[in-house]
Amino acid sequence: MSGIAYTRYELLRTFRNRRFFALSLGFPLVLYFIIAGPNSNVSSLAGSGISAPLYYMAGLASFGTMSAMLSAGGRIATERSVGWTRQLRITPLSPRAYFRAKLLTAYALALVSIAVLYAAGATLGVSMSAGRWLEMTALLLVGLIPFAALGIALGHMLTPDSIGPAIGGSVSLLALLGGTWFPLGHSGLLHDIAQFLPSYWLVQASHVALGGAAWSTRGWLVIAGWTGLLSALAVRLYRRDTGRV
Amino acid sequence: MSEPRIALRGVAKSFAGPRGPIRAVRGVDIEIARGETAALLGSNGAGKSTTIDLLLGLLAPDEGSVSVFGRTPAQAVAEGAVGAMLQNGELIRDLSVRELVSMVAALYPAPMAVAELLALTGIAGFAEQRTQKLSGGQTQRVRFALALAPDPELLVLDEPTAAMDVEGRHAFWRTMRELAARGRTLLFATHYLEEADANADRVVLMAQGEVVADAPPSRIRAMVGARTIRATLPGVELAPLQALAGVSGAERRGATVVLACADSDIAIRALLERFPEARDIEIAVAGLEQAFLTLTGAGDGA
Repeated sequence: MSGIAYTRYELLRTFRNRRFFALSLGFPLVLYFIIAGPNSNVSSLAGSGISAPLYYMAGLASFGTMSAMLSAGGRIATERSVGWTRQLRITPLSPRAYFRAKLLTAYALALVSIAVLYAAGATLGVSMSAGRWLEMTALLLVGLIPFAALGIALGHMLTPDSIGPAIGGSVSLLALLGGTWFPLGHSGLLHDIAQFLPSYWLVQASHVALGGAAWSTRGWLVIAGWTGLLSALAVRLYRRDTGRV
Repeated sequence: MSEPRIALRGVAKSFAGPRGPIRAVRGVDIEIARGETAALLGSNGAGKSTTIDLLLGLLAPDEGSVSVFGRTPAQAVAEGAVGAMLQNGELIRDLSVRELVSMVAALYPAPMAVAELLALTGIAGFAEQRTQKLSGGQTQRVRFALALAPDPELLVLDEPTAAMDVEGRHAFWRTMRELAARGRTLLFATHYLEEADANADRVVLMAQGEVVADAPPSRIRAMVGARTIRATLPGVELAPLQALAGVSGAERRGATVVLACADSDIAIRALLERFPEARDIEIAVAGLEQAFLTLTGAGDGA
């Protein structure tokens, strides 16, 4: 299998970039304590049956991991602008191995982000069985696939100066419409739009606490649909992107 | 056994431009034999970088074919037969020089040993430095090491010395000669005639997307190294100047005349004999730009 060393060095250099690392983990954490802290004794947020610390833990974990996934695009855009992507194209590194390295790096960052938020949640009294924690984590990881594809697509489409606002804007909008900052209720325009967004289903991962399936069939279909669409886009943009930037 | 040469045959490539397509490469034929060191000489916009991108498979030709030792560029790259240093590249950050070189070397099936790469390119002294702390010249040397990492049969370098200091250049060409002695095929693009002259067996001269000359450096030098004589010489007709021995053309710019010379030694003697009043005399090499214009015919009547 090619590209193992490549993946290892990609991980190494991502975790070595301390400022990037600290900011990626720090922001969701601070926001979590600001939002969930004052409501830590709310045991059923907006009548959902889910406590505020748990709801916002999943919400901010979604926010943090969405950012982690899309930030892979920022690193790709930078690598393209300095000619590194072209340099890689004249090596035997296959597109598959290249995507795998980018994905694994983004997921590694996302996992650290999730762990930090879980620890913060525990300090505010979130407690579930081990099975529920694992189930929630699994849903978050699956729900992130479309964001990984979106990050790679944006990275091969935009320049380093335009990708910052693109990532910031996408994450803010998707987090807002996904219910990261407040529950969207069970009806109304926002709720109806949210049903079709992958970020909504990420935040819904907190519903594992209620028992039963956290995601409806619609949830799985929405995630699968976005994954297919955005992966196709990412591959297409990668193939097209051979020129000098 | 693979074909012992690199061949571009009838290769053309256009790009979309704001005012219609830009024909960057217009039907180029280039053959380079295994073990040869060839220079791709031309000014900016001559089509050198596009030709190199086509050779490396970074671009697909609109017309014509590209073969690297009998293989497609993609096959040659996948087998680690080709190493390249592209124009104006930088390095990715947050790795040491040694780590970066190791990372790239690990991508190839039969790479050169990392220690040998570091020594050969003179970067062992700063191998533990992070890539973002390097000077421009050091960065170029690391990029050279990355190009050598596959231990390639063919090494392609696009203006490799552009960001190097004098010392770096000497070390670079020394290494290149060593590689040539090991039987590697080398192709480098440059816009300096001196560099092509000093380091290549053969010079392929490009202008406006076409190969305008393909010859040993001495012949290229003779072709493009024509000299001009400038002198202040008011009130003299052009016809007698054009008729002077060694002069191939004459033009007037105010009080100054400019003589294009086939042989400037003969021409200067003839000029001073016939027009002893000529003063402020300068003899200069016409330069590549002028030579390109002459060779491509674009300079006719100028």
